[in-house]
Amino acid sequence: MEILEASLPYLMPVVYAVAMISVFMGLCSYSVLAERKVSSWIQGRVGPNRTRVPLIGHIPILGNLMTGLGLFQPVADGLKFLFKEEIVPGHVNKAYYYLAPIVALAPALTTMVVLPFGRYVDADGITQPLVLANVDVGMLIILGISSLGVYGIVLAGWASNSKYPFLGGVRASAQMISYELAMGLAILPVFLWSAAPGSEYGMNLFGVVQSQQSAWLIIWQPLSALIFLVALFAETNRLPFDMAESETDLVGGFHTEYGCFKFGLFFVAEYAHVIMGSSIFVLLFLGGWNFLPWLADPWGAGLFGTLLSVGWFMAKVFFMIFFFIWMRWTLPRFRYDQVMSLGWKILLPLAVGNLVFNTILIALYDTFTR
Amino acid sequence: MAKTKVLERKPLSFAEKTFLPQIVSGLKTTFGTMLSKGVTLQYPEERPVIPDNYRGVPTLVRDPNGREKCVSCQLCEFVCPPKAIRIIPGEIDADAEPDRAHVEKAPKEFDINMLRCIYCGLCQEVCPEEAIFLQDIFSLSGYSREEMINDKEKLYELGGTLPDKHFKWDKKKAAEQAGNAHH
Repeated sequence: MEILEASLPYLMPVVYAVAMISVFMGLCSYSVLAERKVSSWIQGRVGPNRTRVPLIGHIPILGNLMTGLGLFQPVADGLKFLFKEEIVPGHVNKAYYYLAPIVALAPALTTMVVLPFGRYVDADGITQPLVLANVDVGMLIILGISSLGVYGIVLAGWASNSKYPFLGGVRASAQMISYELAMGLAILPVFLWSAAPGSEYGMNLFGVVQSQQSAWLIIWQPLSALIFLVALFAETNRLPFDMAESETDLVGGFHTEYGCFKFGLFFVAEYAHVIMGSSIFVLLFLGGWNFLPWLADPWGAGLFGTLLSVGWFMAKVFFMIFFFIWMRWTLPRFRYDQVMSLGWKILLPLAVGNLVFNTILIALYDTFTR
Repeated sequence: MAKTKVLERKPLSFAEKTFLPQIVSGLKTTFGTMLSKGVTLQYPEERPVIPDNYRGVPTLVRDPNGREKCVSCQLCEFVCPPKAIRIIPGEIDADAEPDRAHVEKAPKEFDINMLRCIYCGLCQEVCPEEAIFLQDIFSLSGYSREEMINDKEKLYELGGTLPDKHFKWDKKKAAEQAGNAHH
């Protein structure tokens, strides 16, 4: 018993981490379902509605409802990927071929360490974030690690040793470089405003959320929000920017040569990036778990209030995931040169201009209000 | 020569150049379709409505009294372009069915090979007895080639009974008994 108590400080982080990973992976599989359902609704179809798990699926009304919404479909999808025959083409570079899906998924799962997803009031009455690691450089870590995901794609394209995956990988890396710049520059004004000199938060994501208690940043930084959103679509390789995949001209792009569970990992990685991107957008621009602009949080100080804040944050994230899917089935894919010119000729100058404008604004603000 | 009129394209306004209004209207459109009712039929449970003049699987029908109408004249076998129909004519047993004895002939065997049939409907058009109809069956499947040959029993099972306007053979018999048969 004493050993258990002594090891508790070391054990609990592991438990928290495992819990968060399981919730996150669950979300990933259900965003796949959401994608399938929303796409079918947008196209006037019905979507997956046949999979039924015994016992739960046979509860009188609820079972039919859950089956109709396809809630058991992720189970079937996962099992299908697990039990498929593992085919490795003869011409691939085996070691890198196996490594690529792992490299693609790992960064997306790593970034969630610094992702605050709610708040609680501790014993001293101070509001604290619910986060695995509350570090000051949270946003830097996310920017740094999430872009590593492209290495998985490039590696997959290169290890597949065939033309289309290679083109997909090259496109993905070029796109990543172009949009990473605009993305980084777009969030600088955010931190210029939220982390004013003397504030204790720095690049901490919790600080950004706390600074949005009155007005959300999307209201007074709409240009940053727009640039960041466009860059986010590009970074997550989602339509209209899914250059790496583009089924119509590159077969399947970087995952052409992949099948069964390795393809499943790429699939999960894409949705993991979508969820991470959505949460970051919610944290930076949509006020995190803050209730509504200019309205004080109704969440109480107790456990229930904590759960409410987490729930409200999740609701916003789900809306953003829906927005990603909605956008995908609305817009056609860009041509590759259009993607490049949008990134370099429009978004990057716009982001630089936005940064300069905000810097001058802050300088004027400081001069006249001091 | 057709006259062509070249329309001047208006230069794009600033809002149009950003594409944002177009994206918003596109999002509205997709959201609208998302809320509207789907067009998918849940096939095995829900079936499409088949129009009356649909040309489905050819079948043999009986008259409202349950008697078979085909007299095995073999016109359909003759007209069938892909030669899908095969008929072996037979005689009606006068002792077993005295009221139909004057029809004289009925098919002993009647096979339609559904692997050959092209659903042209010529058999229905040519039949003088209105005994063969292409009805509303549109999905037909089997595990072997033999299964895809519909024999007489299967054809009557698929065809069922259709209303008869003429009762030709009853009229013929009545006329014969009244003494004004015309041959």
